[in-house]
Amino acid sequence: MTTKPLRLRELAKGDERISHGHRMCSGCGAPIVVKQVLMATDYPIVASNATGCLEVSTCIQEYTAWKIPWIHSAFENAAATISGVEAMYRSLVKQGKLEDRNVKFVAFGGDGGTYDIGFQSLSGAMERGHDMMYICYDNGAYMNTGIQRSSATPFGANTTTCPAGDVIPGKLQQRKDMTKIMAAHGIPYVAQASPSSWMDLMKKVQKAFEIKGPKFLNVISPCNRGWRSRTDDAIALSKLAVETCYWPLYEIENGVTRVTIKPKEKKPLVDFLKPQGRFKHMFSPENAGMLTQAQEYVDAQWNQLLKEAAAGEADKAE
Amino acid sequence: MGDIVAVTGNEACAQAFKQINPDVCAAYPITPATDLMQRFSSFVNDGKVDTELVLVESEHSAMSACIGAAAAGGRVATATSSQGLALMWEMLYIAAGTRLPIIMPLVNRALSAPLNIHGDHSDGMGARDTGWIQLYSENAQEAYDNTIQAFRIAEHLDIRVPAMVCMDGFIVSHSIERVEYIDDADVKKFVGEFQAVNPLLDMDKPKSYGPLILTDMYHEYKRAQHEVMTKVPNIVREVAADFEKMTGRKYDLFETYRLDDAEIAVVVMSSAAGTTKDIIDQYREKGIKVGLLKPRMFRPFPFLEIAEALQHLKAIAVLDRADSFGGYGPLFSEITGAVMSMNSKPAVINKIFGLGGRDYLPDQAEQVLDELVTIAKTGKVETIKEYIGVRE
Amino acid sequence: MSKKYWEKLPQGSVVLEAGSSAKFKTGGWRSMRPKWIEENCIQCMFCWMYCPDMSVKVTAEGKRAEFDFEYCKGCGICALECPGKKGNKAIVMEQEGK
Repeated sequence: MTTKPLRLRELAKGDERISHGHRMCSGCGAPIVVKQVLMATDYPIVASNATGCLEVSTCIQEYTAWKIPWIHSAFENAAATISGVEAMYRSLVKQGKLEDRNVKFVAFGGDGGTYDIGFQSLSGAMERGHDMMYICYDNGAYMNTGIQRSSATPFGANTTTCPAGDVIPGKLQQRKDMTKIMAAHGIPYVAQASPSSWMDLMKKVQKAFEIKGPKFLNVISPCNRGWRSRTDDAIALSKLAVETCYWPLYEIENGVTRVTIKPKEKKPLVDFLKPQGRFKHMFSPENAGMLTQAQEYVDAQWNQLLKEAAAGEADKAE
Repeated sequence: MGDIVAVTGNEACAQAFKQINPDVCAAYPITPATDLMQRFSSFVNDGKVDTELVLVESEHSAMSACIGAAAAGGRVATATSSQGLALMWEMLYIAAGTRLPIIMPLVNRALSAPLNIHGDHSDGMGARDTGWIQLYSENAQEAYDNTIQAFRIAEHLDIRVPAMVCMDGFIVSHSIERVEYIDDADVKKFVGEFQAVNPLLDMDKPKSYGPLILTDMYHEYKRAQHEVMTKVPNIVREVAADFEKMTGRKYDLFETYRLDDAEIAVVVMSSAAGTTKDIIDQYREKGIKVGLLKPRMFRPFPFLEIAEALQHLKAIAVLDRADSFGGYGPLFSEITGAVMSMNSKPAVINKIFGLGGRDYLPDQAEQVLDELVTIAKTGKVETIKEYIGVRE
Repeated sequence: MSKKYWEKLPQGSVVLEAGSSAKFKTGGWRSMRPKWIEENCIQCMFCWMYCPDMSVKVTAEGKRAEFDFEYCKGCGICALECPGKKGNKAIVMEQEGK
C-alpha cells in the first residue's frame, strides 16, 4: 500500500504530475481535479483522455502538460483505449516481458465523453472488469465545442443548443444520474467528489487505487465560460454544489452507500444557481415554477441517497 | 514442411494468429469474420497462446482497445467485416496516423442497406484512404500466407503502418480448401520478436500519444505519412522474397497470369481471379491472347508497376466487386489512373460484379472477354461502366 | 543530405518530452494579477492546492513562496479562497500592468 498522508505541507513538497503551461481557460476546474487525482498517490499511472477541453488544452503539438504516460485517441473511447493499454500491461507482465511495477490505469473524460458518446465504451470496460479507474470531470455541457447541452446538463440550464428562449426556457430535462448508473454495473467502487473537498476527493482516489477492478469517480468541475460565472469561483461554486446537495459527496463500495461529507446545514439550491448566468432566466417571475421543480428534484435525490446510506449503515450494524 | 490441411479461410487465419501469438487481441463478433476470432478464443482459453483477449462491446471499441494496446508496446491483432469495419472507420485513421502496426484480417462483406452478409469489397474499398496497407487474398492459402507476411510488413521499423488482410466473405472465409501450413517454429522465426517503438508502458520515459496538431504542422504530418506509404512496396517485396525462401510460394505486389503476350486482359482481385483464370485458359485454347492481372496490394497502390505490366495491351476490363455510386468502380479508377501515366493507352472498361455475394459465373467472364475481343478489333468502347450478372 | 522539416517530425506525432508544456508561458494571458501579502499568510496552502495552473511556488520545506507569473493566468481563485489572517487577505487581485 502506498497511501500517503494527505497533509498539504507534505503534498506541496512533491512533484505535480501535470505541468503548468497547459492551455485550459483561466479559472477552469478540470486541471484542479486532475492535479488532485494524480497527487493522491505515488503509484505509477498511465492515463487516457477523451477528446475534450482537458485533452486539447494539455497536449498541443510538442507541448504536453502530462508527466505521466498519456494517450488520447478519440472522443467516445477513453475507457476502451485504456482497457487496451491495461490488457497489454497484463499480457507483457504475465509473459515476463515487462516488470510488474503495480501500474495504475486511469481514464479522464468530460461529461460529454462519459454520459453521452463514451457511455457504451465505458459500460463495456466496466463490465469486462479491467483494473482501471474512470474519472469524469463533469462540467455539465459540451464546453469544448461551445457550451452545448449534454445529458449531464442540469434542468433549466441555458446552453447554446437549449437556449433560454421565448417559448422553451433552457433544458427541460433533469440530468442523467451517471454515478448511480455506474454503481448499477456492480463494480467494486463508485464515488462522487468535488475539488472543493480536496481531502475527500483524494481519499476516494487512494481507496480506489487499493481496489482491484473497475472504479468510477464522478467529479464536479466548474466551467466559468459555460456556467456564465466568474473566473475565480470554481472552488466556491463546487462547494455550493455540495452544500446545496446538488452534488452530494458519497461513495458506493461493494454496493454499500456512504455519504462521505454531509453538509452541516443543507442550503437552498438557489444559492448554487444564483451566481451562474446559465440559470439567470429561472429567476424571472414567469419561471418561478422552474426553481421549485429544480429544488424538488434535488430534495428527492438527496432523500433517496440518505435512504440508501441508511440501509448501508443498517447492513453494517447487523 | 508443415501440415497440409483442409480448412476454411477463417480457420487458416486463426491458425496464423495462433502461431504468431499476439500479445493482445480485441474482438467483436460479426458475420462472416466471427468464426475467425471465435476459433482463436479457443486457443486462448485452452492456453495455446499467451494473448490477452479483450472481448469488447463494439468494433469501435475493438479498434480503440487495439490502439491502446499497440501504443502500450506489443503485438496486436483483430479481425472484422463490413458494418464492423464501417463502425471502426474513425479509429482506422487514428491507428494509421499514430503509426501503430495493428494486423486485421478483413473478411470482405457487403454494406447495408439492404442488409446482406455475403461477400463483396464495399467494406475494404471504403477504407482505402485510411492509411492502412491492404492485401487481398484469392483463397485460404493466400489469406494464411498474407496474414503471416502482414505482421512482418506492418512491424517493419522503416514504416510501422497497420495492415488489413482481405479475403472474400463466405467464398473464402467459409469454404474448405487445401492449405499448406508452415511449421510453428518457422512462423515464429519468420515473424520475429516484436520491437516496440516509443512504448507508452515505458514508465521511466513518459510520452504523450495523440496531441492536437493544427494548421502549422498537420500538413507536414500527412506528408510524412505519404512518404511512409511509398516505402511499403519494397518492404512487401522483401518480405515476399523471404517468404518464398521458406515456403516456395511466390508473392508480389500483384499476380499476372498469361499476361506477357496478351492483347486483352482482365483486372480483378480476390476469389474471382480463380474463375477468370479458368476461362482465360479456354480462350487461349481458341487462340485468343488474353491474360489477367490480380492486384494483391491495393494500398499502397503500385501505380507504376501495374501500368508497366498493362501498357502493351489493347483493351482491359476492370472488374470491381464494389461500386462508387455516381463514379467509376474503385479498382477501375486506380487502373485508369495508372495507365494514364503511360504513353500507350489501352481502352479500359469497368464491370461491376458480384455485389452482396452474387455468384461470379463463367458466363460472366466469357461475356467480358468477348466484349474485349470486339473492343480490341474496333478500338471502340460503347459503355465504360456497366453492371454484369444482373437479373433482367 | 539534410532532412526536410516533415522528415524530422516524431513518428505518429508522439510527444516524447514529458511536461514540455512548461516551455509554453501562459502568464501573458493575465489581465488581473494576484499580489501575495506575506504578513497575512498563514501558510494554509489552499492557494497552492486550488491553483489550476500550478503557479504557486513552494520552497523545499513545503512553504508557500511567490507566484509563478510565467504561468499564472490571473483567475483569482487563490484570492477568493485565501482565508487570510484575522480577516485580512494574504492574496488580493490587482489590475495587471499597474
